[in-house]
Amino acid sequence: MLAYVARRLIQSALILLGVSFITFLLLYVLPADPVRQIAGRSATAETVESIRRQLGLDQPFLVQYGRYLGNLVQGDFGRSYLQKTEVTDLLLSRLPATLLLMVAAILCELVIGLTLGVIAALNRGKALDNTLMLSSFVTVSAPQFVVALLLLYVFAVRLGWFPIGGYGTPAHLVLPALTLGILGSGWYSRIMRSSMLDVLRADFIRTARAKGLGRARVVLGHALPNAILPVVAMIGIDIGMFMSGIVVVESVFGWPGIGQLAWQAIQRVDIPIIMGVTLVSALAIVIGNLLADLVAPVIDPRIRIR
Amino acid sequence: MTANVSTSPEPADLGGGAPPVWRRLARRRLAVLGLVIIAACVAGAVLAPWVAPHDPNEQHFDGLTIEGAPLPPGAAFWFGTDLLGRDLFSRLLFGARTSLVIGIVANGTALVIGTLVGVTAGYFRGIAGAVLMRFTDLMMAFPALLLAICLAAIFSPSLWIVAMVIAFVNWVQTARVIFTQTSSLAERDFIAAERTLGAGHGRILLRHILPHLVPTLIVWGTLGISTTVLLEAKLSYLGVGVQPPTPSWGNIIFENQTYFQTAPWLVFIPGAAILALALAFNLVGDALRDILDPTQQGRD
Repeated sequence: MLAYVARRLIQSALILLGVSFITFLLLYVLPADPVRQIAGRSATAETVESIRRQLGLDQPFLVQYGRYLGNLVQGDFGRSYLQKTEVTDLLLSRLPATLLLMVAAILCELVIGLTLGVIAALNRGKALDNTLMLSSFVTVSAPQFVVALLLLYVFAVRLGWFPIGGYGTPAHLVLPALTLGILGSGWYSRIMRSSMLDVLRADFIRTARAKGLGRARVVLGHALPNAILPVVAMIGIDIGMFMSGIVVVESVFGWPGIGQLAWQAIQRVDIPIIMGVTLVSALAIVIGNLLADLVAPVIDPRIRIR
Repeated sequence: MTANVSTSPEPADLGGGAPPVWRRLARRRLAVLGLVIIAACVAGAVLAPWVAPHDPNEQHFDGLTIEGAPLPPGAAFWFGTDLLGRDLFSRLLFGARTSLVIGIVANGTALVIGTLVGVTAGYFRGIAGAVLMRFTDLMMAFPALLLAICLAAIFSPSLWIVAMVIAFVNWVQTARVIFTQTSSLAERDFIAAERTLGAGHGRILLRHILPHLVPTLIVWGTLGISTTVLLEAKLSYLGVGVQPPTPSWGNIIFENQTYFQTAPWLVFIPGAAILALALAFNLVGDALRDILDPTQQGRD
């Protein structure tokens, strides 16, 4: 087990190294010149060149990447080109908002998804099951920003229950978390349904029934705890899905997390920030996958570690 | 487990034989619903110049209220008008072209890249195979949307660039699935037998490996269009997708979102169109998976 964990940790570190290299390379070869953005349109050729030299952008690619990596190892993400702030500070100031949204969203997904999955499994083949499974397809197919705007329109514009956007109070959290919760719930409800159906076929459920236990006790006491385990292991993967979608949700709701930070940086070709957000997101994805792989064998000993 | 392990060396029957795939598809109500939606979208896109009641780019003199606000759905303009007084219904019909073209081109490209990578890594293995799969692992850890937004924003986005960007981030899953299948196929006895009989790599790949991958490719090809349509909509919504005046369902929402409080139809009608198309491909793809994937048979 320890050897496996160690191997996976090294693998994860290598993956992050690869992500940093490829992102750096892409931003290097792409036809967008950050120096022009910093210098402004009216800057003379000399000014542009001196800024370029100052930022070290006149150096060959490998030198630039090596320097970036050297700083990164010391926890230094570099300095924003335009905001003149340390990227580490920017990331740290934005991360709490994103993490808060992530926790709230995953809770919403779990509550909605698991409940609907169990209901579907218990009504297998009936109209209710079919309706729930169709609706899980709808949530998987729905564009995030449309659902976000729909919730905003109904609950903020029409009913006025929640603020239209922003950050600060629990009320601000409800709609963004609900958007992500509804959209992610379809995925969980499908997994929960099939996990529940697998468990309901198991011998120990038949034994429990044969002992004369009531339906509620069999379902809640015996089936549910076993069926939930494989789903819990999926939360790790969900972190990755969350991370790759934050830009859109944060921009619709004006949520001041790293997604919005990235979006603003992309528009201004502020490369150190883009690099920073990409790496932080990749780190979250890698940790999520690692958790999913490490947690699964712990909660279900039948899954052997390769 | 999605590994496609068939019990006979015959690839899954796609054409004749009983009962053919399309007939089994026709027995599933949800799949039929999906097919109907897809057919309607394709018909709307292809016939757009003839069935659209107006020119999609014409700014109608009577297309705005006296205050200059867009018109709600009505008799003259079925789905209302947008903030420039253009007919929303006509723009949606022409926008369907964008969605479908990107869906097919981007997803087709992603499928080709994924298959090449997966087959190479799964069949030839060796250093090249290991490198390819490590690269695939690496791409799995990439925040895909962030990467796509970044690429699309930096290139000035046109229809083809958007399609290529989407293909570039979307081939990864196909590569993984195809890799798993190819490597399990490569170890099967009938492949070893072929090799003993003196068949070259080309013959084995084309005649014996690829046909077995076709069902998976059909399933992933269908499900992938749904992902692609949604990704294009997201990029367009952020303003880095297909650029106006070429209508796309995403950029119609992008252009009109500031009006969504007073003219909600400008956001929710195109939104419903995106949802319907993505849902349709998901429904058909899911049904195809049940029908074509032997490991899924008899499962719920």
